[in-house]
Formats: sequence, structure tokens, C-alpha cells
Amino acid sequence: MKKKKWLPYLFVAPYLLHFLVFVAFPVLFSLVLTFHKWNIISPMEFTGLDNYTRMFRDKMFWKTIGNTIQFLLVHIPLQLIVALALAEFLNQNIKLKGFYRAAFFLPVIVSGVVVTILWQQLFGFDSGLFNRLLTNMGMDKVGWLIDPDIAMNSIAIMATWKNVGLYVILFLVGLQTVPPHYYEAADIEGATHWQKFRHITLPMINPTIFMVVILSTIGGFSLFIEPYVMTGGGPLNSTLSSVLYIYKQAFQYYHMGYSATLGFFFAFLILTVVMLQKRFIETEEVD
Amino acid sequence: MKKILVYLLLSIAAVSFLYPFYWMVVASLSPAGDIAGLVFLPSEFTMDNYWQMIAKIPIGRALMNSMLVATITTFGVIVFCSMVGYALSRMEFKGRDAIFYIIIFTMTLPFQITLIPNYITMVELHLVDTYAALILPFLLNSFAILLFRQAFKTIPQSLIDAARIDGCSEIRILFQILFPNIIPTIVVVGILTFMNSWNEVLWPLIVIREESLMTMPQMVTLFSVGGRAEGQLGVKLAAAVLLALPILIAYAFFQKHFIQSMASSGLKE
Repeated sequence: MKKKKWLPYLFVAPYLLHFLVFVAFPVLFSLVLTFHKWNIISPMEFTGLDNYTRMFRDKMFWKTIGNTIQFLLVHIPLQLIVALALAEFLNQNIKLKGFYRAAFFLPVIVSGVVVTILWQQLFGFDSGLFNRLLTNMGMDKVGWLIDPDIAMNSIAIMATWKNVGLYVILFLVGLQTVPPHYYEAADIEGATHWQKFRHITLPMINPTIFMVVILSTIGGFSLFIEPYVMTGGGPLNSTLSSVLYIYKQAFQYYHMGYSATLGFFFAFLILTVVMLQKRFIETEEVD
Repeated sequence: MKKILVYLLLSIAAVSFLYPFYWMVVASLSPAGDIAGLVFLPSEFTMDNYWQMIAKIPIGRALMNSMLVATITTFGVIVFCSMVGYALSRMEFKGRDAIFYIIIFTMTLPFQITLIPNYITMVELHLVDTYAALILPFLLNSFAILLFRQAFKTIPQSLIDAARIDGCSEIRILFQILFPNIIPTIVVVGILTFMNSWNEVLWPLIVIREESLMTMPQMVTLFSVGGRAEGQLGVKLAAAVLLALPILIAYAFFQKHFIQSMASSGLKE
């Protein structure tokens, strides 16, 4: 057996090249860009911390953070409640389990573009399905996508519909890790449904809850195609997401330095938020 | 009694996930005047929306582009990521642990930070408006590498040793002897990669301007937000149906694999 020392390096060479070109270089270059003004065509101009001071004074930047928070405040609780409820139902001894699972999962695999175009029609003010339903029940129409106070919530509802099927599956996996004799013991003690859920199920599926919260948070910061297609970020910038703002700064105004600064900051923010959530949920577990 | 309630709630949920898709397909097959009031069936079925869409945008070309890009990306990921996964799990070399940590680090890195610089790289390499721009950035990813690494770890060392004694090259060991043993992993990686590539839209919007190179999601998006659909709902919906169709057909055949693959990608954290 002859040993070729270079062979393993040949196997990992494509990865290392890819890493250098598409990860290492961009991260470093991104940092460089944050100190420059550049429209790609004319030479780069060093501007020190200008991009950062500009960002913290930029009303639109704060608006995107506010919008993201509004999205997450609706999306995360809704996602957790719906996914957990559906998983609980599916975890019982029922027929057609496969059919229900497949139905819930359908929007997960379909392109966000399709879902967005479809929901744009459902949310339509005059003839959208939701408003037709409301009118039939004698209620007032809702400005799903045209009311600045509501539009982000509408997108959060749509995002929940699109993703919840995945989280149903994850919760189902989590629920099945709970040993049945825990429930049996609780039954002997005369525990109610709620008590069993609160003191057995919930602590056991805590890791799954953590995962759903983190994935939803990352999803909230990654919103792009939904506002891009549905509202263009409007009305009154109420659905302008962080990625859409980066995109607009870069490709409508050619502010490469500033958009890189936004990208750099949002990446930092995502990692910070995820770490805080991790901290918070882990201390919860100890209690 | 309680069972009935569970079934009722599950059915309501199932309808709320399925009906919008039903509505979309039927609306795309309805005359323009019927869509605003459509609930179950239009006054008549028509392919009008589809013919109009075909007349307005090169959707056939976009379909071909999507197929090409998604297929090449999928093959590339399976070949390159399995090589890295094999090296990390079955070969001894200096720097192996370092590479493993780089892979983990890359996985946690938000894409927001690399988006703009990657576009600039494409500009500098003169790759804007090429297929390469759509494929190269996606040829390797941390998650696929980790899946392959995990799969190769479960293979008995004796199998590899026997092949090495027989004088098999490492490349042959990997692709001819080990590959048949890790088919479930290949399927998972294949489905995830194909689906992600097929549905990717932000990156194409950034690096492709030439209409003949656009993939389906970009074409349908620009058609929908641009003026060319002229506010005709049916035509927009027809484009959306065509975009969804290939993945839906694949889902119909490999439903369980899709669910397992996606669940494993969710469980990666």
C-alpha cells in the first residue's frame, strides 16, 4: 500500500478554493468596504467611519429593524403555537397521518416566489379571497397589504403558512422522544392534560422550540422575495426588510460601501440575537 | 368525541394548506373575468393565460436554464462534497481538524455579509451574465459535506482496507465502492440541492440581467413585479404554476424523501 501524502489535499482542494473565493475573501472584503465609498465604476474612496455614522443616523435602517421586530413578534409565537398544535394532533393514534403531513409540508417545498404571488391575490383588497370571506360574513374589509400597520403582519402570517409544515415535522420528532411511561406515571398521579403538557412535554421538547425560534429569527432577517414581489417594501416602507434594503442600496443606488456596511451589521446582529436566544432558553431549561 | 375534534381540526388545517394551491391552478385555467369571484370552478376552462404568458416571456428558455443550472449544481455538490466528506472521515492528513472547524464556521455565517462582496467578485471575474455565476457559488456547502462525512463514518473500515489492498485508487473506492453504500445520503443531498437551486431567486436577480440566461424564479418574479403581466392576474398565476410544477411533480413521487431531507436540514443546528 503506497501512501500518497498529497492525495487528501487534492480531495479537499475544491472546498478550500471555494472557501477562499466565496467565504474568506468576501468577509474580509466586506470589512474593507465598510470604510469606503464606492459605486463600482469610479475608484474606491476611503471614508473612515462615515458609513457607520450614516447607518446609525439612517431612519430607513432603523425602520428595517423595527419592521423585522414586528415580523418576528407575530411570526415566532404563531409558528410555535400552530406547529406544536398540529404536531400534537398528529402524534395521536389517527388515520391518514401521512396525508396530513404531506399536505402541511406542501408549501415548504414550493418556491417563495410562487407562495408570494399566490398570497398577493389572497390578500387583494377588492377581490382577494380573505376580504371576500370577510364581506360574506358581514365584516369590514382589511387592508392586508395596503395598510402600513398591518402589511408586515400579513407577510408574517404568509411566512408562517409557508414554513410551519417543516416545524410540525421537527416537533413530531421531538414529541416522539418523550418516553411514554412519563405520561403513564402522570396519569396515575391524576395529572390533567395541561399539567402533562406543561411539565412533561414542554421541557422535553425545549431543544426543538429553541431550534424553531432560531430558524424563524434567521428567516425574519432573511426576508427578501416576499416584500420585493408583494409590496416593494411599502406601503410607507412598512415592509422594507433588511435584505431588501441592502439590495436597494446596492443595486438601485450603487452604494456598495454602505450596503456592505448594512450587510456586515445585520450579520453581526443575527449572530448576537441567536446567541442571546440560546443563553435565554438554556437558563430556562435549568429552572 | 375528542377524536372527532382532532380530525376536524386536522382537516381544517389540511384544507387551509391545500386549497390555496387548488385555487391557484384553477384560477390560472380560468377566463380573466372569472378570477375575481372564483371559489371552486370557473364558467369554463381555458389555456388562454398560458398562451399569453408564452407570448410575453421566453418561459421555455427559463425552464431549460433552471433545469440546466439545478442539474449541474446537484451533480457538482454530490461529487465535490462527497470528496471532502470522505477525506475528512477516512483520510489522515495535517490540517484536517482545521478544515472541519472552517466548515462549521462557514455554516453559521449569515449570507448578508457575503452578498455584496460576492457580487463584486462576479463583476471582477467577468462572470456577470453567465451560467457559471449561477452555479459556482453553490457547488460546495457545509451541510452536504457534514452529511457525507457522517455517512462515510458508518462504513466499516474493513471494506475500505480490502479495496486499498486490492490496489483500488481512492477515487475508485469513493465513487465505486462506497457510493452504493450511502445512497440514502446521496438522495437527501440531491433533493435538497436541486430544490434550493431551483427555488433560488435573490442571487440570480443580482448576477443575471440578460433575459436569455434567466432561471424560472427570476423570470417569474420580474414578470410579476414588472409591467409585462399588465395587471392580468391569470397570466401571473400561470407563470407561478409553471414555476411550482416541476418541484410538485418530484414531490408527488418522492414525498417521504423530501420530508426526511428537509427535516434533517432543520435538525442540523
